[in-house]
Amino acid sequence: MSPAPDSFLERAPLELRDWAVNLLPAPTQWLAHQLITIVAILAVFGLFFAFTTIAERKLLARLQNRLGPNRTGVPKFSILPWHLKHTLFGLSQPFADAVKAITKEDIVPAAADKVLHYLAPVTVVAFSLMGFAVLPFGRQYIPVELDAALLYFFAAGAATELAIFMAGWSSRNKYSLLAAMRALAQLISYELPLILSVVPIVLVTGTLSTKAIVVDQGFWTFSLLPHWFVFTPWGFAGFIIFLVSALAESNRSPFDLPEAESELIAGHLTEYSGFKYALFFMAEYFGLTALSGLGVTLFLGGWQAPCEFLQFIPSYLWFMMKLIGMIVFFIWVRGTLLRLRIDQLTRLSWQFLVPMALLNLGNAAFWVLSAHWAGPLQLVRWAVSLAIIVVPFVVMGRSLTAGYAPRTYRYAP
Amino acid sequence: MTFALLLIGLMMLGSAAWAMLGRNLIHSALLLIASWAGVAGFYLWAGAEFVAFAQVLVYVGAVSMVVLFAVLLTRQNQISATLIEPASRARAATGILTAACVGAIFGAAILSTGFHGAASAGPVSSVKRIGLELMHRNGAALLIVGVILTVALLGATVLAASDSKNSPEDLP
Amino acid sequence: MLGSGIINGLVVTAKNFVGSYHDPKRMVTQQYPEEPTVLPENYRNFPFLVAENAADPMGTLRCVACQICEKECPPQCIIIEKSKDKKPDASGKLQLYPAVFGIDTSVCMSCQICVEVCPFDAIKMDKVFAIAATDRFTGLFLDREKLAKPNSYYHEIHPIEAAEVDDRLAADRKAAEEKAKAAAAAKAAAAAKPAAPIAGVADPGPASPRPATTTVNPASAPAAPAPKTPPPSA
Repeated sequence: MSPAPDSFLERAPLELRDWAVNLLPAPTQWLAHQLITIVAILAVFGLFFAFTTIAERKLLARLQNRLGPNRTGVPKFSILPWHLKHTLFGLSQPFADAVKAITKEDIVPAAADKVLHYLAPVTVVAFSLMGFAVLPFGRQYIPVELDAALLYFFAAGAATELAIFMAGWSSRNKYSLLAAMRALAQLISYELPLILSVVPIVLVTGTLSTKAIVVDQGFWTFSLLPHWFVFTPWGFAGFIIFLVSALAESNRSPFDLPEAESELIAGHLTEYSGFKYALFFMAEYFGLTALSGLGVTLFLGGWQAPCEFLQFIPSYLWFMMKLIGMIVFFIWVRGTLLRLRIDQLTRLSWQFLVPMALLNLGNAAFWVLSAHWAGPLQLVRWAVSLAIIVVPFVVMGRSLTAGYAPRTYRYAP
Repeated sequence: MTFALLLIGLMMLGSAAWAMLGRNLIHSALLLIASWAGVAGFYLWAGAEFVAFAQVLVYVGAVSMVVLFAVLLTRQNQISATLIEPASRARAATGILTAACVGAIFGAAILSTGFHGAASAGPVSSVKRIGLELMHRNGAALLIVGVILTVALLGATVLAASDSKNSPEDLP
Repeated sequence: MLGSGIINGLVVTAKNFVGSYHDPKRMVTQQYPEEPTVLPENYRNFPFLVAENAADPMGTLRCVACQICEKECPPQCIIIEKSKDKKPDASGKLQLYPAVFGIDTSVCMSCQICVEVCPFDAIKMDKVFAIAATDRFTGLFLDREKLAKPNSYYHEIHPIEAAEVDDRLAADRKAAEEKAKAAAAAKAAAAAKPAAPIAGVADPGPASPRPATTTVNPASAPAAPAPKTPPPSA
């Protein structure tokens, strides 16, 4: 085994936590242990959320031939006689946004259901955060080690849908209710491909535990090619389906119909202002981050390094880098693709993604059953596996777009 | 241990009772969902994690959606003003009698079951074991349940499709 | 193939992203206060008074307080008061000058009518847009000192127009000079002819009673009985 598991950088945060816990008396030590873990996750992913917002704005801007926010800079502390003026390239924008969100007036409609109106953002953030408990951030960095970790993750995600309904209903606003119903339809439609795209992984590894799934991907061919599941045919197809479903599950472009400003004002968030709106926003980003983390864990090898000799970089850094890569990809997709209509959305899910996911399941079953094929039969195995995915993709693609002429744009170059 | 069980039981039964007694239909539906979450908590207390997460996923995630959609799509104009007839002694007496009968049946069933004492260790319920049990010994039941669910889904789709055929909304 | 459009789209945005760092065509943002706005030649916003000499703007204003622009201004935002005395202008000729010349920029609509009717090319359109003030009665009312700007400034902001105006003024001046020279020569010839038969009388000399005006402003009303040259159109 490489010395990586015991290297100083790898174990440094754990040693820090143990040292802090040992400072306290024995009866409260288990509580302190858990609390430190929770606070660390909240802090890290809170900051991650903040920088995701500014990264999104700047990345989207560059994709659209403009600069993002680049002037926020250092705030003026009036007690000091001098003012340190530097724009910081706009990186303190999230803190400015936070101050704005907190100081805005919190308007609750007079006819709204006050209890539900208050509970909805709280619920959605709580359940979005609960998904982080089973993600393995590093070699020994999993907050809760559960046998049925995947099921827990999806259960936590399912409960956020309830909060969206609560938000739409409690606003006593027809637009909000309509938007909440559409959001729910979208979320339910895409939960199926999301979970189905993950089942092949469970089939191949034989376990629901995220920790075991990451460990299962820790092999390298020629010390160079990683054995991540995304590099297998069924894994690649599953990854694509997972990506699309994750985008839809977190209400993100091109599936952001529930929050489309040009369609339903702000959808189910119409009657929310100030900090509650920020909480919904935060929940959306937490959900996206959690789903990206799950994608990284299941398909991209979690905290594993891509090459054997790169293992000196700590595992949590690999996880973060892959997570950032996925989020950047999501932002890239957001800046590129057009919003889908509700009927296009549901059609994509039920008529295309679900059959593909089911076929992928069969593909993974074939993969497991043919694992003992040796030598040149391995090539046959790969070819058959690819064919099971590519042929239906092309056939279904052709048949689903059969009645539509290719889109022509008269004025576009 | 017992305190946790008491708390979970209070939450479960309390939200169910409040759901029954409430006037607002949507509030009742949401409290019912809270009650199901309480059941999931109970499963967690008992050490059955898999069932607890499955309970949340299925009930809080899916069945709640069905209930809410049904309530919203079939509601009358005023949800908060559901008419309930004034209380009468005959109704109260019937209610108590029914509750007593149900309680007697439950009590008899519970008391006649031979529960193991706390000394014996329960089976280790890992997901693998659950999977094996489902597939080996209860495979037939699993398949029949799957068939029933598929039939229900197909029936719902057929109902929905036939409705839209009668009302030509799709014609331009 | 299904999805090829998406891939093409992703490639386009990736090119945008990479190009935005080095290709000016893919980064169209102008960071305003740091980078000055590039305004087109024909842009106009609020008038200003042209002075010939940057060193003495008040003394070399082309404006002679004829008040034509004040009368023609549609929202009547120009205020002019003629001076009581006359000062020599840039060409040395004695002219009236505006003792008070004010434009209320909160009223001015930059219609350019004052520029079109000025016979002396004295008022031209400026390009200022960042003249916000905290008090609209003192800050937005531009008086003579604030409005007077040198001809070099005019060349800076409207090079083509300024060159054309300068050429025209120089040509008019030259034409007036030549006419004056021709008139002087004719006068001298006329004066010399009747003086020839009276011999012995002291030659009155080439100096004619009229002072030699070499740099006559042809648009100004001639002080001496010069040949009636029609005033050149402005």
